[in-house]
Amino acid sequence: MNITLKLFSIAKDLAGFDERQVQFNEGDRAEAVLRHLAGLNPRFEQWHSSVRLAVNLEYVSNNHPLQDGDEVAVIPPVSGG
Amino acid sequence: MVKITKSKIDIQQVIESVAGLQSGGIDVFIGTTRNHSQGKKVRGLEYEAYEPMAVNIMERLVRQVNETWGVRASIVHRVGSVPIGESSVVIAAASAHRDEAFKACRFLIDELKRVVPIWKREHFEDGTVEWSRQSHEQVESQ
Repeated sequence: MNITLKLFSIAKDLAGFDERQVQFNEGDRAEAVLRHLAGLNPRFEQWHSSVRLAVNLEYVSNNHPLQDGDEVAVIPPVSGG
Repeated sequence: MVKITKSKIDIQQVIESVAGLQSGGIDVFIGTTRNHSQGKKVRGLEYEAYEPMAVNIMERLVRQVNETWGVRASIVHRVGSVPIGESSVVIAAASAHRDEAFKACRFLIDELKRVVPIWKREHFEDGTVEWSRQSHEQVESQ
């Protein structure tokens, strides 16, 4: 299935892109995105515990099931204000 | 009013957006960019937002303070480059009585710093550039 992956802040810098279409397998959960990123750059591993994932603009848990066409965003610790 | 803007924030406009004859007071929080961080001098800052999600969450927070305390609130956050000393965020909360306005304003800035997907990047005078690593825990202990 086709997922739009969006990266921000430190995640964007580590991956070297801010948006990309990525193919995932049926039944994959949101955490598959974290494994995908660790495959791109091993430095992602140190961020695993602090990033949150959002699907279609809502925060989700790592075991949220992905669906074709989802927009998945990787949200490093926020620092607005 | 909830807005993310690349331009300088018009503070008076944010205040006027919540003003009304039924209000007994308006509490305003203005977040400004400071010239130091982690013991180093900062010469410039920029903010990035996941804009549609940030707007959704801020609108939800504004609805929440309205339902909880009857407060009318606005949040405007600036993104892109923000010169030192200028406003990065302005929150205005109006209510019939001051207690609710203070509570709502405090709640809104605390929640914004905790959950709204906006990130600060600091350009230090020594030439280094870093995304602010302020974790949720650090924010809560400030």
